[in-house]
Amino acid sequence: MAAIQHQINFALSVADTTLILLHRNSECCGHGPVLEQDIAITNIALDLLGQSRNFYQYAAALINDVVKSGGAAALPALSEAFEGEVNEDTLAYLRNERAYKNLLLVEQPNGDWAQTILRQYLFSQYQLFLFEQLQYHEDTGLAAIATKSVKETAYHLRWSSEWVIRLGDGTGESHQRMLNAIGALWRYTGEMFIPADYEREMNINVELLQQQWSKSVKKVFKAATLSVPDWKIAAKMQTGGKQGIHTEQLGYILAVMQYMQRAYPGCEW
Amino acid sequence: MTNTTTISAGAIEQLLQQVPDPEIPVLSIIDLGIVRDIQIEGDGITVYITPTYTGCPAMDMIALSIVQLLQQHQYKKVQVKQLLTPAWTTAWITEAGKQKLLKYGIAPPDKRFSIPQDGVSCPQCGSNNTTLVSAFGSTACKALYTCKDCLEPFDYFKCH
Repeated sequence: MAAIQHQINFALSVADTTLILLHRNSECCGHGPVLEQDIAITNIALDLLGQSRNFYQYAAALINDVVKSGGAAALPALSEAFEGEVNEDTLAYLRNERAYKNLLLVEQPNGDWAQTILRQYLFSQYQLFLFEQLQYHEDTGLAAIATKSVKETAYHLRWSSEWVIRLGDGTGESHQRMLNAIGALWRYTGEMFIPADYEREMNINVELLQQQWSKSVKKVFKAATLSVPDWKIAAKMQTGGKQGIHTEQLGYILAVMQYMQRAYPGCEW
Repeated sequence: MTNTTTISAGAIEQLLQQVPDPEIPVLSIIDLGIVRDIQIEGDGITVYITPTYTGCPAMDMIALSIVQLLQQHQYKKVQVKQLLTPAWTTAWITEAGKQKLLKYGIAPPDKRFSIPQDGVSCPQCGSNNTTLVSAFGSTACKALYTCKDCLEPFDYFKCH
């Protein structure tokens, strides 16, 4: 039972992170700085939506199995919210803030284009290495989703890293805006590499992720004439997302995203 | 009337040639290489399809089109299931499919341009003097180009 719980929590954490970032990216729809980049950021949102749906479907199947075999009590954070079977929609629209396990980084507001780009880059760089690991995970369900998604992530990474370089190594103003974005977002990067119990149990090699990520970020920042802040993770990094403790931003996102399903349960287009 | 003949997977595949991709209707789902298997058990048919991109909104519509078409042809017990592995790649688009794309005005996927960059052949005039306008396009599977010779904008089906 404990093992399944970790599987469920891990899948939910990945699904939640992709869902919240796609929601943020979708806020750019019709508001991008130029048409091509508006299309780019919303295309990325669409890929993230597909990934998020796959991870929710995977989690929902596990949850339903556990409930069917009488183990609902082992899922306290889930069992009380639902009647009957859960599915991708109930998991996205009917869970409360404290049940969400997304990274704090992705719930941060879009800010200016530099901040939108930097958030995407820091995340895609992390997601690429995470999915590269998951591709070979002993759990074939997770491995299948990761294998399917990893090419999309590589594409997002290429686009966002090019933008980090373009803005960092651009004009005085664009460089300053990248510095501001680093100031606003860097404090949320540390928690990616502090493993939650479900990540440890699922054998995610977070230490390796951190090495790969740090090396790549350093390289891109160098090309962008930006320097990587010298912060000790434990000292100044914000944490809690993986455990459901969020910044004030998530509540506003859920209020917008979940309103229709809360007000009109089960409504469809 | 009872249908006593056995259902053949080949006949089903023939029929599925008629199911278009909703976003690029010149291509059938067979051309696209997303039909991975057709299983027949008694009078029940299961069609296995694989998504192109994970978020592709066409997948739900394709599944619906398959069921509707087969039901019109008196196959009553039809279900469509999604497979994630092996993951779809543009290498599965048939040669006929690539030709159809080209005629339709979309540059087909090209391994030399797996990373979209200048130089994809213009589907209108054949020139290689083209420039990447945007790595993303009107759908998840396309990037946007302009030809510097005939000056036409065009879509490139990304190598995935």
